[in-house]
Amino acid sequence: MHDATQINTYPQKQGFRVRLPRLYGTRMLFSEILSIAFLAVLIVLALLSPWIVPFNPTEADILSNLLSPSLSSEFGGPPHLLGTDVLGRDVFSGIVYGTRVSLIVALAAVLGAGVLGIIIGLIAGYARGWTDEVVMRLVDVQLAFPFILLAIMIMYILGPGLLNIIIVLIVAKWPIYARVARAEAMRHASSDFVLAATSMGAGHGRIIFRHILPNALTPLIVVAAFAVPQMIMYEAALSFLGLGLPPDQISWGSMLAAGRSVLEQAWWVATFPGLAIMGTILSINILGEALRKRVGPSSDID
Amino acid sequence: MSCFILRRTLSAGVVIFGVVTVIFVLSRLIGDPIALMIQPGMTVADIEELRAIWNLDAPIPEQFIRFLGSALTGDFGLSIWQGQPALGLVLESLPATLLLTSAALLGALLLALVLGSLAAIKRDSMLDRTLMSLTLFGQSVPNFWLALMLVLVVSVHFHLLPPAGYGTGSHLVLPAIALGLFPLARLTRLVRAELLDVLSQDYIRTARSKGIAPWLILVRHCLRNIAISLVTVIAVDFGTLMGGAVVTETIFAWPGMGRLMIDAISHRDFPIMQAGAFVVALVVVLTSLIADITYAIINPRIRYA
Repeated sequence: MHDATQINTYPQKQGFRVRLPRLYGTRMLFSEILSIAFLAVLIVLALLSPWIVPFNPTEADILSNLLSPSLSSEFGGPPHLLGTDVLGRDVFSGIVYGTRVSLIVALAAVLGAGVLGIIIGLIAGYARGWTDEVVMRLVDVQLAFPFILLAIMIMYILGPGLLNIIIVLIVAKWPIYARVARAEAMRHASSDFVLAATSMGAGHGRIIFRHILPNALTPLIVVAAFAVPQMIMYEAALSFLGLGLPPDQISWGSMLAAGRSVLEQAWWVATFPGLAIMGTILSINILGEALRKRVGPSSDID
Repeated sequence: MSCFILRRTLSAGVVIFGVVTVIFVLSRLIGDPIALMIQPGMTVADIEELRAIWNLDAPIPEQFIRFLGSALTGDFGLSIWQGQPALGLVLESLPATLLLTSAALLGALLLALVLGSLAAIKRDSMLDRTLMSLTLFGQSVPNFWLALMLVLVVSVHFHLLPPAGYGTGSHLVLPAIALGLFPLARLTRLVRAELLDVLSQDYIRTARSKGIAPWLILVRHCLRNIAISLVTVIAVDFGTLMGGAVVTETIFAWPGMGRLMIDAISHRDFPIMQAGAFVVALVVVLTSLIADITYAIINPRIRYA
């Protein structure tokens, strides 16, 4: 669409000396570099959290509850940079540990939903007929349930836990991939390279996964890029409602829930985990947008 | 035309059938519902009788058919927690949710039309780039966190609006903003993209060369043409918003369906969850059905697609 003509028209400032690296032939924006840096820090925090955090984020310390953020410590020892919650748990350490849950859930769910949805979608779009009909009606049924409602019922049945959140997110999100994969399969199924492969005796499986899939990958990667922040948001929402992780495990959503009950006395408990969620989602959105602008504009995938 | 409507209605019917099936499967996965109803002092015979009343002694296919029948007549059983018909409780709380979601969506739509048009007309200007950055920002704020921050700043700090409750217009403002920011950002981007598409068409150039006032071109020629794609997107967003309202309602103590569902969880009240999921799915399916039919009436080309 219109974005296609826009690709090479980024304003080139004259006095700007630093030349940013290119991505797919277009120079990157400063915000895009910043997003990459933010996510890199996040990944480092997630990997090294036990060695970075000044406090055990799950350990209650009732003597130092609801301390406001400060650079100096009251009782000696490390300071509570971002304050403490009602049980005296350090907010900064909680946020650092929370990166693990958010990233693991988001990546696992995107991968799981992606693989499932892509396989189903490609088969439906390639086979057509009643297979296609059944799959598309399944997708419709799935999309008729707003995510949170479906998640409430499934989490109620499965019980809280990391793996269960991932399962719920996969169940909720596979249809989006299936739709895009189906459309791509239908587009390519009648193309010359598929005809050529068929005439050389390639089987259906080979055609779908060796010929159609590689050609369908680009739009699917864009879909996946925009699915990651959604997954992070959904995990936080479920944990916020008390349906995500068990209460003794730290996640950004459960920290927000803890902050909600002390909103009037201690603004920091709810504010900082939320900022962490927002920063993460914003970074991934900026990068997703960067990807979409470059590899093929399509406005109907979010 | 009537053929299109019939075909579309049939497939909506199939989807509703699927929805009921999913709810049935989930309700059987949850384990023995009787376990929740057993009172102290019941004998084995009492429990068997209870089982017979709820049809749980029948084979699964028969149970399914009965469930289908009662679901279609709107009977999801009694709420375990309140002892009243579950569907009645859900329907009582539906208007509050509809009020909140439509206020959020309507506000978002009106603002998005203005902001999106501005961005499209002043394409690549400072204003356009600022607006587009803001929309990316708006799509990144979790609505429940925004809700908490609104309460913190507007209610706790400045005492401008009530932090929670229901009844007057002032109670509606904060929840509607919290729920509406995401669709506002999304719709603004959409309006801009669609307008840019339309603005490059020949008939716009013709209209311009005839000397029609620019604002008239915008309203008469452009906005009318993008209305169709907006209708489809809004129909989809409406369902998403009803889901998002669950969290917003809990924060603002809004007496809608979402809060009812969350309360139902803490009371282990599965009939309410079933009825709630059914009603929302029904609303979503009907909304998209109506959107599709409106679409076909506005634009004859789609009927044969």
